Formats: sequence, structure tokens, C-alpha cells
Amino acid sequence: MEGGLRERLLLVGLNHRTAPVEVRERFALEKKGTHPLDILRQELPQASEAYFLSTCNRVEFLLVTEEVEETLAGLKDLLARETGLSRAQFEPHLYVLRDMEAVRHLFRVAAGLDSMVLGEPQILGQVKEAYREAARRRTTGPILNRLLHRTFSVAKRVRTETGIGSYAVSVSYAAVELAKKIFGSLRGKKALLVGAGEMAELAAQHLLSAGVEKMLVANRTFSRAVELAERFRGEAYSLEELPECLLEADIVISSTGAPGYVITRETVKPLLRKRRLRPLFLIDIAVPRDIEPAVNELENVYVFDIDDLKQVVEENLGRRRKEARRADRIIEEEVLKFERWLRELEVYPTIKALREKAEEIRRREMARTLPRLRNLSPEDQEALEVMTEAIVNKLLHAPILYLKMGYHRMGREAITTVRRVFDLDGDLENLSPEWREILSAGASEKD
Amino acid sequence: MPEIFFLKLALILYGIATVGFLIYFYTLKPEALRGARWVFLAGFGLHTLSLALRTLALKAPPVISFHGATSFLAWAVVGVYFFFTLKGPKVYTLGTFLAPVVLLLVGVALLSPYGPTPLPPALRSIWLPFHATISLLSYAFFLVAAVAGFMYLLQERQVKRKMLGGIFRRLPPLESLDRLNEMSLKYGFPLLTVGIITGALWAEKAWGSYWSWDPKETWSLILWFIYAALLHERLIVGWRGRRAAIMALLGFVVWIISFFVVNLLLPGLHNYGRWT
Repeated sequence: MEGGLRERLLLVGLNHRTAPVEVRERFALEKKGTHPLDILRQELPQASEAYFLSTCNRVEFLLVTEEVEETLAGLKDLLARETGLSRAQFEPHLYVLRDMEAVRHLFRVAAGLDSMVLGEPQILGQVKEAYREAARRRTTGPILNRLLHRTFSVAKRVRTETGIGSYAVSVSYAAVELAKKIFGSLRGKKALLVGAGEMAELAAQHLLSAGVEKMLVANRTFSRAVELAERFRGEAYSLEELPECLLEADIVISSTGAPGYVITRETVKPLLRKRRLRPLFLIDIAVPRDIEPAVNELENVYVFDIDDLKQVVEENLGRRRKEARRADRIIEEEVLKFERWLRELEVYPTIKALREKAEEIRRREMARTLPRLRNLSPEDQEALEVMTEAIVNKLLHAPILYLKMGYHRMGREAITTVRRVFDLDGDLENLSPEWREILSAGASEKD
Repeated sequence: MPEIFFLKLALILYGIATVGFLIYFYTLKPEALRGARWVFLAGFGLHTLSLALRTLALKAPPVISFHGATSFLAWAVVGVYFFFTLKGPKVYTLGTFLAPVVLLLVGVALLSPYGPTPLPPALRSIWLPFHATISLLSYAFFLVAAVAGFMYLLQERQVKRKMLGGIFRRLPPLESLDRLNEMSLKYGFPLLTVGIITGALWAEKAWGSYWSWDPKETWSLILWFIYAALLHERLIVGWRGRRAAIMALLGFVVWIISFFVVNLLLPGLHNYGRWT
């Protein structure tokens, strides 16, 4: 037997790039009765540790096992049974990663580098939740505990040391970022929603959470305005009252279905002086456009249409991709660190065995010698104990150092050498009688 | 003269700080900004020492020669920078635009003759330190207002034309620049007013007349009217943003005329500004 760690990491999963939604939805196993981690513990005992992540864009299993191939096959069988798909139907969509590949993948996922929207932050929360779930079901052990905690700090490091999350990559969020660049803080500002629509409502939501104090809603059908106003705890107006609304608002989001301009230069110009030249930021996400482009020429008035915002998003995505390359360098560094830790874990049992063997010999020899030495005071006995312990420790110092350092250079070979030289696995004791004869002959020759 | 030695040292530190502010502008690394600010502050310390030594040597505030006035103005601009860093809106890249101006002013001060100019007995008065230092302090605020105005116009151009690249990201929100402009004005204008009044009182003591329409006085009055109009429009009509920025720059142009052209080229009572 060879010493060291035989547990290996196995990551099996699929995501938005590898699998269509028809397959992904079948894999949302946690929503179908028994939790997949419970199933694994029951039916796949080869996996000593397990973690399961499921989001709308990915499903991943991370397992620690000594029998990689067997576990993989077992997992696939379980997946076929639980998803109701044949192996041929899902296997092409699966990715299977081992050891450091798996570690790297986990780090990248948690840092948002593998997400559909590059660098999005929600995934870290989902990874944390998945870990909590696994810890609660007691399917994690020393390796996954360590790995997941590393993952959280790697994701945090990527977020603080790169700008991966600092550029808005959705139209509604880009609008809020722009508003901040005009008004500084949005606290106490008033926003006006003209018309409705998913993107407009999302932007309104973002504005409110950025500190906008009051929401005005103007709509062609007044009942719809009232409904929206209630949702945002704002005030409802009809479209005829638009000039009054514009007088009050600082930020306008327009998304009506009107065929022509709803807000023209003529609407806004007379309001400027009454507004005391307060800046006015208009966001036009309607197609065809709601706001006449010439409004942008008015003093302290800024108009952005959907194409402007999309361009901002596009540029920001480019910046995030650049930051992602820096993030990958950080991750490479962290993968190496984890690998080192894992290797030290592999060396550890050998060190322990070495110490135990030495201690056993020391005790045996002490027990044999002490009764023969009479007239020993307790102090003398104590001194002997200390001396023999010191001899053992000093002798072991070099091989342990050799294990720790040599492991980084030579890997398992260092462990094997030490185990053989010190006969930690008892191979020499179980030798065939002839061999023992030859060996002891050699020994007596030396005597 | 030790004060000139320290002024030269301050110039070197201001130069290093300028490079630091530029590095910050390029990299946006907070450490660069922190470093630049500390070096700038160290330069300010040496500059203060230089001015103090000169005051002791002349037994009068060092503001009576063109050299002294320019040096004092540069010192006041740095002071105003740190004042706004502590009390004003967050404009992290202000130093990048302001430090070169400081560098230029100190450079001009060192290029102009700095031999001790004896003060004519007519001008010896307790009003002198008040009049000169207060006026120069108001100029420092107006200079910062103009730099804020310039940054505002630059940033507004990025927003209006949807050029949302590096400059856009490095300049602060428009609102912050407008606030900086407004604050500078609110401090600068009362100081200018007091400066002009103390000047008039001093003139009465020295020559028996409050106002004699020498070119410097005339241009200072024009300056006063520009800032008075701007402040009035801001407070009463609600001017802000673009117009306020343009007015601050206009005031700056008039100030350049009053400070450099009038002082150096036109004859008058304020002949402290003579090159020789």
C-alpha cells in the first residue's frame, strides 16, 4: 500500500452553455421531492463528501471520492433515474472535471466568471447557500469544507482586486449609473415614469433602491398609472399632466407605445427657467422613440435613448472581459495554493505513521531496559525519557522535512521512499521466509 | 536667501505631486492619490516656511512684489485645495487639474525678480497685510472655481456627446463640480469685497482719496461685478451647471488681465507689480 491521500475531487455538471433549458430544467432535482444530497448519501457511498449547486443556469455536483470512475458511473446512473432522461440524452451536455480542474472551475463559478452575465454577483450567494445546504445535511467533510471556504475568499478577492463587478451591464442599471454621474447622489431626487414596460419598471426599481425619494407615474390609461403608482408608492398622473410632472421630476424614464414623440423640445424648453435650471436626465427606452433628440441640446438637460444605453452596456462588457483576464490570473494563483494544501494533506498520514512507529519502538526499548537498571531515581527515569524522545525527534526531523519539501518536487515518490525506508506499511515483516533469511544473513555478515 | 531655497524645494515637491496626480488620473489607484496628496502637503509646508522666512526678512507680509504676490497666491491655492478636500464635495481628480496651475504660479514667482523691494513710506500701513492677503485669497478661490468650471464643461461634453470613456469615468458627477464651483464663489466673493474695501480705506489713508480709478482698481471692479452677477443669478434665478461654469471661466480671464497684464504692463498705483 502507498501512503498519502487517495481522495480525489470530481465535479460533474451542466450549464447554460452546454445544455439547453429542456435538459437543465430536468436537472433541477432539489425541487422534486428528495434532495439530491440525501439520495447521494443513501445510494452512492463511494462519495465521502458531496456538494450540490442548482441555479437557473447551472447544476453541479462536487464529490470527494477514492474511486473516481466507479463514482462517476454511479452518479450518471442516478442522474438518469432521477431526471427521467436516458444517459445518451444528457451525457453530451455534461462536463466532468477532476482535481485541480474542478477546483479552478468552482473558483471561476463563484467569482462570476462562468456566468451568463460576466461578473454578476448573485452566484456567490447561491454557492454559499448550496454549501450551507450541504453542511446542514452533513455531506461535507474536511476537504470540501476547506475548499468552499477558500472559494468564498477567492471570489471576494477577485471582486476587490479587479473591476469585474464595477461596470453596469444591463440597460436599466446603466441608466442608474448614468444618473449618478449627473446628480451625484440620487437621495431626495424625484423620478417620473412615462408609460410602462418591463425594462422601465426594472429601472424604476433600481432608482428607488439607489435612493430616489418619489416616483411619479404618467400613463395614457390612467387606471394603469394608478396601478403602477401603487406598486412604487408614487403618484399617478394622466399623460395630459406631463408638463407639471416634468417640472417636478429630475429623472424621466419613458417607454410608451406612442408612434411619435411624447416629449418634445417645445414641451421642455419653457420649463427650464421654472425648474431653475435643475439638471434633467431623460432616458428613452421606447422604440419608436418618445423623446425628441433635440431635447438633448437644451441647457442642463441630458437625453439617452436605448441605443446609447446599449452602447454603454456593450463597452462595459468589454471592460469586464478585460477584468476577467486579470481575475483568471488570481484564480490560477489560488488553485496552486489549494493544491499545495491538498498535497500537505497527503503527506500528513505518512508523517503521523512515522512518528507513531518511532514512538512505539522507543517505548518498547524503554520498557525492556528500565527494569534492568536498578537504583534509578524518578529524576533519572525522567531524564532518560527526555533523552530518548530527543533522539527520536532529531532522527525524524530530516525525513519529515524531506517529505514536506520533497513532496512539492517529486510528488508521491517522496512518500513512497519514506514509507519503504521506514517500512511503515509492514511489507518487510511479511516477507517470504527465504527473503528474510537472505536479509538477516546480510545483516549478520556486517556484525 | 533661505526662503528662495525653500520655495525651490516646494516647487520640486509640487512637481512630484503633479506627476502623482497624473498617475492617479491614469490608473485610478487610491494609493497614487494618497501619495500625491501627502507630497503636495509637504510642498505646502515648505512653502509656508518660505513665506514665513520672507515675512521676517522684509518685516512685512511678502505680498508687495510681483514675486511675492504670485508665490502667496500659489500657496493660497494649495490651501484652498486642502480646505475643499476636507470640507467640499468629493472631487478626487481635482488635484490633477489644480497642481499644474500651482506649479506654473510658483515657476512664475521664481522667474520674477525677488530682490527685497523697499516699501515706500506712503504705503506703510496696517491695512496693507489685510488688503493684499485677503484679495489674493479671494483670487485663490476664484481660480479653483474656474478649474471646477473647466472640469464641468469637459464632463458635460462627455455626457452630451455620449462619450462615456476614460475621461467620463475619471471626472466626478456634474453635481459635485457645480457644488465646488458654487462653494468657491461663496467664499471668494465676500473676500474680494473685503479686499476692495480695505484697499479703499488704505488708499484714503495714503493719498486722501478712496478711489482713484487706476487700472488695477478698474479691473478689480469689473471682476467684482462679474462675480456679483454670477452669485446673484445663482441665488435668485437659480443659475447652475453650464452657465455658472462659463461665468467662472469668464471671471478667470478677467482676473488674468487684472493680475498679469495690468500689474506688469500698465502704470498705476499698484506698481508692486512692476517686473523690476
